[in-house]
Amino acid sequence: MKDIISPQRRTFLKQTASASGFALGLTLLPSISPVAAEGTHTESLAPNVFVEFDANGQLFVTCHRSEMGQQIRTSLAQIIADELDADWDRVTVVQATGHPKYGDQNTDGSRSVRRNLERLRIAGATAAAMLREAAARGWNVSPDDCINREHGVVHTPSGNRVDYKSLIDVAATLPVPEPDSVSLKPRSRWKFIGKVMTSVDIDDVVSGNTTFGQDIQLDDMLVAVIQRPPVMFTHAESVDDKKARDIAGVVDVINLPEATAPAGFNPLGGVAVLAKTTWAAMQGVKALSVKWTRNEHTGYNSDSYKASLIATAQQPGEVVRKRGDAPKALKDSGNVISATYYAPLLAQAPMEPPAATARVTTDSAEIWACTQTPQSTRSNVAAALKMPEDKVTVNVTLLGGGFGRKSKPDFSVEAALLAQQAGKPVKVIWRREDDIQHGYYHSVSAQHIQATQDEAGNTLAWRHNTVFPSISSTFNPAATKPSNGELRLGFIDNPFAIPNMQLERGEAKNHVRIGWLRSVANVYHAFAIHSFADELAHAANQDSRDYLLSLIGEDRHIDLAAEGAEYDNYGDPIDVYPIDTARLKNVIRRVTDMADWDNRKVNNRFLGLAAHRSFLSYAAAVVEVEVAEDGTWTMPNVYMSLDAGTIVNPEHVRAQCEGGMIYGLSCAIGEISATDGAIDQTNFHNYQVARIQHAPKHFHVDIVESTKPPAGVGEPPTPPFAPALANALFAATGKRIRELPLPLTLS
Amino acid sequence: MKLKINGEAREYSGDPQMPLLWYLRDELQMTGTKYGCGMALCGACTVHIDGEATRSCQLPMSAIAGKSITTIEGLDADNQHPLQVAWKQHNVPQCGYCQSGQIMQAATLLAKNAAPSDTEIDQHMSGNICRCGTYPRIRNAIKDAAKGEAS
Repeated sequence: MKDIISPQRRTFLKQTASASGFALGLTLLPSISPVAAEGTHTESLAPNVFVEFDANGQLFVTCHRSEMGQQIRTSLAQIIADELDADWDRVTVVQATGHPKYGDQNTDGSRSVRRNLERLRIAGATAAAMLREAAARGWNVSPDDCINREHGVVHTPSGNRVDYKSLIDVAATLPVPEPDSVSLKPRSRWKFIGKVMTSVDIDDVVSGNTTFGQDIQLDDMLVAVIQRPPVMFTHAESVDDKKARDIAGVVDVINLPEATAPAGFNPLGGVAVLAKTTWAAMQGVKALSVKWTRNEHTGYNSDSYKASLIATAQQPGEVVRKRGDAPKALKDSGNVISATYYAPLLAQAPMEPPAATARVTTDSAEIWACTQTPQSTRSNVAAALKMPEDKVTVNVTLLGGGFGRKSKPDFSVEAALLAQQAGKPVKVIWRREDDIQHGYYHSVSAQHIQATQDEAGNTLAWRHNTVFPSISSTFNPAATKPSNGELRLGFIDNPFAIPNMQLERGEAKNHVRIGWLRSVANVYHAFAIHSFADELAHAANQDSRDYLLSLIGEDRHIDLAAEGAEYDNYGDPIDVYPIDTARLKNVIRRVTDMADWDNRKVNNRFLGLAAHRSFLSYAAAVVEVEVAEDGTWTMPNVYMSLDAGTIVNPEHVRAQCEGGMIYGLSCAIGEISATDGAIDQTNFHNYQVARIQHAPKHFHVDIVESTKPPAGVGEPPTPPFAPALANALFAATGKRIRELPLPLTLS
Repeated sequence: MKLKINGEAREYSGDPQMPLLWYLRDELQMTGTKYGCGMALCGACTVHIDGEATRSCQLPMSAIAGKSITTIEGLDADNQHPLQVAWKQHNVPQCGYCQSGQIMQAATLLAKNAAPSDTEIDQHMSGNICRCGTYPRIRNAIKDAAKGEAS
């Protein structure tokens, strides 16, 4: 009996094959023994690129996604082990190198589970079917009477059992079944999916036995630290490196190629000091004396830029979604409510700054990097070295956090270029200062929203203009408007059932590299939309939760196409993952019930609420604040309800909710700014991130049990946090915070 | 100069200004102690110097002659320190990069205070940043380890 959990299955198989132009994994070509190609084992059963058994029956699961704290190495192994009914103690996780045979490996967009649950179940089930067949042949029985049990096959009528290890040689000779022909377990028999399994890496983490990108050590390796241009696309006019070269251990000083627009994934250029030790390289780079050129970006100052961004937001923009006639309704109304919201640039600041090691010969290259994107690392390194891609191997280390920074392969390209020139392996280390001053920043944003209400307080019109320099500008300097891809992140998919709605975008030029950060444009869009929803509730003198539910309106699937809006639904079909207002309202009800919202006033508690759909999941947050007389505030409790459809590991999902909210807090209190084109902040003393004393005291997380298709987990908890916090501070103080960063002490 | 790392006698004759962090990581290839900021702002590089939690990224070798240094690799011979056990019970780590430093920092709190309050935990751990946001689990794991519940 087939258990097809998702109507996407066939479409998905086709898409995967065509998207990469390569018949990968799921076509399960019998001639491919891919894990052996990773050089790990010899005799084995390897029906596809994800599953391999060695002759001892040890199951090797290849994880093709990068581990950056979401425990994907554990979750993907759970999925494959489930169909095989494996013994968890006999499962080893192998980290894939970058290769198209795995399908997409870019670990961002909260899609590792949602895009791989089905296909990895099939990958596991394929091996399971071959093992059943091998056992049946040995017993001369029908494979239909055999089941996979506890790392072996059981013949149900007789009760005979054989361990997988005794089946490997026979199974390895069998034809690999077509993916469409393998049966999947029913959900009721899932053994690992949906269960709490401890991280496969936890023993190594608590004992310090981990290898991150910064930890790579190769024989004869040099360490490089780079002084990059303080202003984007400026370059070294003159370099005095005498003092640097005099430092013991410094081996060479190399000028990197000058960077020009578009920034893309290219290195920023600058002057690299190569040394025998990290310390010597760090000393050497400090001893450089470099005179930099000036250019148009040298005139970039955050204060004046902010003013111009806000001015643009307060003007009419280009309409990107229209329902009814909001401008007219606003014009006809004597009661226009409006607000402008601002959020600054942010740096992802993963705990591990970027690092990459390269070994380059005349005809090949090998990279070790803490990268979210091994495939584009491979293609960009190959291009930089003018080498065919198949000559480049990219090894993925553990990532000390990613948050979008490590989805750009620029640091691996730096290492490759320097290793090629040095003729020795080179590890490029980004110092914290490099990470904060030369990043791909979360964009700076200004938004203006106007609304009007009738006498009963119903919102009749909503007009929202969003203005921010686009990620597209990193790849195309002519891109001066928010891209469709960013508008889809919590802006154009506004779920409110307001009769007149007009959504607009305005122009903004970039002066730094703009990139992805956990939840991307959802972060500032949710801040503005849910702050303003709260403002409307207060204007109508209604309960914020009830008002939010009424803004969302009836249970329905929102049809954005009908309103002329382009929407790609995070790359997944809208019929499988609709914008479902019932699910959004459900998490709002659940989180407010959990927080005892209705009794907050009698209990003298100050709560703020926000709820946001992103990456196909629904997340609602309630934040409780206490504000002391001196203006300092704390959060005694925070609550989150998350509906992410089918989930693989509830403990890790819970952890993502906790961590995602704390990341949301950091987004609310942090700020990157520029003076004369150069970033003002340098390290954690002037780039504020949440520390333990800022964190909420108690976390209450509710995961909605669901059989719906799997949706995103890593990013959805972040966007609702800042507006819920700002709304709570309003409840406590009557002061509305419309500009970030939010001060830790209110004035 | 002589010093002890995880009970083992070592001799060092290099640049006296080099921070201990790079001696551990580059020379001894003990990479459990991490680089996070280089300015003693984040705590990822925390080790014990004669039992005191110290940031190794700002500590020159010249300052530790004759001292006894403990790193995450030497915290417990079997990696079964009550905090390591509690860290696993509470599934504290996400990416894991800061956790060596978190555990080393927490160990010196437990050595002095058998029953730390939430406020005491926050004060003691305030110099250790975790960007994944494992703070609530760090608090709970420290409290459990203190209670001896993690054994």
